[in-house]
Amino acid sequence: MTEHPATEKREKSSFGLILHLHPRKVKRSTLRFTLTFGLGGMAALFVVIQVITGLLLKFHYEPSPESAYNSILNLQESLLFGKMLRNIHHWSAIAFVWVAFLHMLRTAFTGAYRPPRDVTWITGLALLLLVVLSNFTGYLLPWDQLSYWAVTVGTSLLSYIPLAGEPMRKALLGGAEVGQPTLTNFFNLHTGVIPFMIIALMAWHFWRIRRAGGVIVADKDKESPMVDTRPHLVNREFVVAITLLAAIFIISSLFDAPLRERANPAFSPNPAKAPWYFMGLQELLIHFHPLFAVFIMPVTVLAAAVWMPYIRSTDTNHGKWFLTASGIGSAKLAAAAGLIVTIIFITLSEILPDPEALLPGLPPLITTGLVPFILTAGTMWLFLNYIRKRFFLNRSELIQSVIVLLVVSYAILTVTGIFFRGEGMNLVWPWNL
Amino acid sequence: MKERTTDKPAEQQNGRRNFTRRLWQILGVVALAEFLWFIISLLRPSKETHKSRPAESLRVIGNVEEFPAGSVTPDRVNRLYIVREKDGAFLALSLTCPHLGCSVLWNEETQQFDCPCHSSAFDRRGVVLSSPAPRPLDYLPVIIEEGQVKVDMTGVTRRKRFEPNQLTYAL
Repeated sequence: MTEHPATEKREKSSFGLILHLHPRKVKRSTLRFTLTFGLGGMAALFVVIQVITGLLLKFHYEPSPESAYNSILNLQESLLFGKMLRNIHHWSAIAFVWVAFLHMLRTAFTGAYRPPRDVTWITGLALLLLVVLSNFTGYLLPWDQLSYWAVTVGTSLLSYIPLAGEPMRKALLGGAEVGQPTLTNFFNLHTGVIPFMIIALMAWHFWRIRRAGGVIVADKDKESPMVDTRPHLVNREFVVAITLLAAIFIISSLFDAPLRERANPAFSPNPAKAPWYFMGLQELLIHFHPLFAVFIMPVTVLAAAVWMPYIRSTDTNHGKWFLTASGIGSAKLAAAAGLIVTIIFITLSEILPDPEALLPGLPPLITTGLVPFILTAGTMWLFLNYIRKRFFLNRSELIQSVIVLLVVSYAILTVTGIFFRGEGMNLVWPWNL
Repeated sequence: MKERTTDKPAEQQNGRRNFTRRLWQILGVVALAEFLWFIISLLRPSKETHKSRPAESLRVIGNVEEFPAGSVTPDRVNRLYIVREKDGAFLALSLTCPHLGCSVLWNEETQQFDCPCHSSAFDRRGVVLSSPAPRPLDYLPVIIEEGQVKVDMTGVTRRKRFEPNQLTYAL
């Protein structure tokens, strides 16, 4: 730097916060867009957008079943940019879930979950859950048919968790069904407790990234020269942020956030669907007993994700999307298998008679729970064994293939739930919906 | 930490220090438990009590003649269905699907209750025809008095199967 020391000092202070979050210098190799796709930064920006738009919405929202719906109508119809404000909050919330999820996939693929980044990975998982929870609690607030039934279904899922489930559901609802206490609870969680937890966890998440020496890079890029954070990193972040904001603004001015009729506890809309990010779970519920669909399967996946950093592996899958060509081949095969098997599974369960008709006299926990679960888990185990041997995979690559398989299967379930389930949750073509 | 000069032996000093540290830890755990208990009790019963009204638990649904034999009549306000068997017996079924809490719909053509959320189906007595519902629709006790059909709203009962004692006959 050849600038006058005083100028330099003044400029530095105006960037104080940014330089506080970033190190002063970063490796040039970490600046490559395709290494991270800027997803973590986008997620951080969404927190800012949601806090600002959320605080503004709070000026007009009334959290009671009598007036909540009307306050939203009033906001949309008689307030300058009221509709725009709600649209931005709505579409950002959806994009936030996407971005957070993709960010998780990126860290998983590039092996950034291994120690010393294990705590970053686990706080990241917690943040993803909080983002989904934040979405879900916000879903109830408009108090329309969509929110009322999505939350009825969503909270009923809890009652299938053994022992703790029913007390948890009662505590969350503040009663036996969705009503004023539920709205009070959800409003407080959505506008107070969860944002606070997200911001606190974010600080920890960021601090652990700093401590691990910044973004993960491949071994060959370890020796890359250091460059100043400002302008090199800050300018790039600014471009991503501005582009993202523009995209959100365009989407929000073109598409309105949905608002159905006022909530009516006597009539479920047909079909009654959960929020979109739970549609995969809802689809799973059509095929599996709730104990398996909402407890055993999600808890297994979550536990595996938390345990993932500590699975021993000889290789160092750092900063690269794929380690070897056979790793790519295996991931492709896993994706194809997930796609085809899930589609076949859904179609078969539509054509074949219900499991309780095939195995009469047995409790539903076995016929619709244990039997399909063992079949699914067994098929998956055989398949993983096969690809491990065929592609000579190491642990990291095997983990990657499992992730690909699960993500593709869940994506198919979600797409089926959203686009292929019509009246009575029967399979239909999307154009007949 | 600076070393402090005392004339007591080091061992005794450490013992005391450990004891105080342990005491702090125990106090910390106790304080945390109290705090958690406070939060849980705050979440749990409070709000339900001030809203719940003891109101008459016995609701009049209608006159006996309003329910022809073999009919299924919804009562949206009380969130239940009144089923009348061919032989004139009454059965009150909860509208809430035992799977995930959606409101089931009566389909006159197929003579079954359909759940719009996860495509569970029940026959006219509420018994599961197709999964994922894990048990039949809950039923409520029906009382016939002076030609009126009344339902005890507090008596929502879970069941495993249909049994004749769930029916009420108009005398």
